Amino acid sequence: MIDVNRKGEVWVFAEQEDGKLSDIALELCGKARELADHVGVKMAAVLPGTSVRGLTDELIAHGADKVYVVEDRRLEHYQTQPYARVICSLVEKHKPQIVVYGASAIGRDLAPRVASALRAGLTADCTDLDIADVRDAASGVTHKNLLLQIRPAFGGNIIATIVNPQRWPQMATVREGVMAMPEPDPKRGGEVVEEEVEFQELDFAVKLIERHREPHTVNLKGARTIAAGGGGVGSKEGFRVIHELAAAMGGAVGASRAAVDSGYVNKAHQVGQTGTTVRPALYIAAGISGTVQHRAGMEESAKIVAINDDPEAPILSVAHYGIVGDLNQIIPMMIRAIKERPKE
Amino acid sequence: MAYDCIVCVKQVPDTAHVTAEAMTPEGTVNRAALPAIFNPEDLHALEVALSVRDEYGGSVTVISMGPPKAADVLREALYRGADRAVLLTDRRAAASDTLATSYIISRAIRTLGKYDLVFCGRQAIDGDTAQVGPQTAEKLGIPQVTYLERIESVTDGVARMRRNVGNGWEVVEVKMPVLVTVLDTANEPRPPAAKRSTKYKRSRTRLELGAEVKAEMPDVSKEKAEVEIERRAETLRSRGLMIDTWNLDDIDADLSWCGLNGSPTKVHRIQAIVLTKEGYTEIPPTEEGIRRLVHELIVDHTLG
Ligand SMILES: Cc1cc2nc3c(=O)[nH]c(=O)nc-3n(C[C@H](O)[C@H](O)[C@H](O)COP(=O)(O)OP(=O)(O)OC[C@H]3O[C@@H](n4cnc5c(N)ncnc54)[C@H](O)[C@@H]3O)c2cc1C
Repeated sequence: MIDVNRKGEVWVFAEQEDGKLSDIALELCGKARELADHVGVKMAAVLPGTSVRGLTDELIAHGADKVYVVEDRRLEHYQTQPYARVICSLVEKHKPQIVVYGASAIGRDLAPRVASALRAGLTADCTDLDIADVRDAASGVTHKNLLLQIRPAFGGNIIATIVNPQRWPQMATVREGVMAMPEPDPKRGGEVVEEEVEFQELDFAVKLIERHREPHTVNLKGARTIAAGGGGVGSKEGFRVIHELAAAMGGAVGASRAAVDSGYVNKAHQVGQTGTTVRPALYIAAGISGTVQHRAGMEESAKIVAINDDPEAPILSVAHYGIVGDLNQIIPMMIRAIKERPKE
Repeated sequence: MAYDCIVCVKQVPDTAHVTAEAMTPEGTVNRAALPAIFNPEDLHALEVALSVRDEYGGSVTVISMGPPKAADVLREALYRGADRAVLLTDRRAAASDTLATSYIISRAIRTLGKYDLVFCGRQAIDGDTAQVGPQTAEKLGIPQVTYLERIESVTDGVARMRRNVGNGWEVVEVKMPVLVTVLDTANEPRPPAAKRSTKYKRSRTRLELGAEVKAEMPDVSKEKAEVEIERRAETLRSRGLMIDTWNLDDIDADLSWCGLNGSPTKVHRIQAIVLTKEGYTEIPPTEEGIRRLVHELIVDHTLG
């Protein structure tokens, strides 16, 4: 734990795998830039790895004033304890006021380990971050410029705003895909700071024996339009119309968990709390009831069209356009309408 | 070689199935009206521990931190095959955030003494933080392996495990003790066994015995009631039916690390999500209606 340090920087954990920065690291740079400007301090990225020097320009272009680089051949693949050692050592040395991580498999493994070691607070899976003065009703004290950590809780039925008034750094993991990716500015200048961290033998207790990564076949996050099907599609064969609709729009195929669990389509297509969070220009939800877990992954979409035979389906509450009826009739009509649209 | 396993489980409100009865007229969720269930991923953690014990020998102890009625999930763990159950309950632990919770759980684990493997579900459905497992590992000063898909082997105190990291998988090896968080895809939890259920239905915590004695003998003095509780506890204990109940003193916890005091995060504001019924344009399910919708989406540049 460090004391409240109002001059402290705002930090982003720069997650990378196989020499490529994760999207979430760059998304966080955009948000952290805003937060740092708000409190008037520098924004820095912390970049542990092996041969990662080449990634510093990208972080700076996305908003970092500084990049702390920790290179060690033992940091090639992410492992909890050595990475936690890096963050903890640098936090104790530089005393940042805020540290944010992606709520990715890596970030959600790393951040709690760091929080426990530092005895600092940590809020998981934030969907928004902001800065504001917070008055503590009990003591009457106003804490200036605290990090508001905003997240859905209780299965998405409530939105909670969490603060850490006293024990800093203020830390949060942020859900992937909810912060807008900043426009990179290749002309931005920034400082690269090489850091050395002392490891202990026990930091390497977990040995990586085998490692496999799936090639990225489904690009849900990057899709401008998504056609998504749910349990209401009824079968794997029935799901073909969803693929056809996506193809007609030039978009991607999404799915609810019910569709994935029933084997209509594979898990990589799942949208929602335990799938991908998306914010396309258009999201068409067909035969999806719209439980909170599903909505958590798509309600930020710019336009939502819901097709459901149940006029009471919760999906309609987040839809801009609702079509009440049988998807087996409606989707083919939609495909025709899209294919026959006048081309400029 | 036998292995002693500890499984951390939580009783949670069933947030996944919010029924109409649990909705307030304002459209928000009344948490108290939701049924309390065994946190789903913790059942998978229990199953991994039971299968390790079944294959290599050893023991499975289940601990749960929560209000007195969390004894229900401990009984369920006993029905499914756990050897011992410990309830951690103390008003001073209320309002603990994940950091304080992991401290308290780590104290309880240390109090249990020797262990080889600690299992937790990846996350609990009421908070979905996935933080308590890794934080408990750090407090215990042991390695963590998150997102377990399966244990490949355990040889001479070294566990080889496969973890699912979303965009792929890894096999790691680690010397015990280690804390492992388990995914719901790891296994199919065994159902409660009929014989064990019959037996452990009678298992009780001391608090439950107290409530029973009070209900059955409302007029006896406090001292007499104490004697009766102790008598019943002794009988249950001799049959292995006592669920141990520990408070913060029993685990030698530093109170400045527990409850509100031990929690760096504070809830600043809670907003209930209100499902609104208005706001969407209804499109008739006809060729004409849909052609118009598509046209509208092209005009506003949603469809290119
Ligand atoms: C911890 C946790 C995490 C979860 N994470 C996710 C997640 O990431 N993503 C996710 O999607 N879910 C998730 N879920 C599951 C979620 O709670 C729901 O079970 C799931 O979203 C339901 O999918 P569905 O609406 O497609 O299916 P169903 O509940 O089967 O609903 C089908 C819908 O289709 C309609 N329908 C049926 N036939 C037709 C027809 N012919 N034409 C038009 N409409 C029709 C029905 O009216 C209904 O609304 C999670 C659950 C839990 C507990």
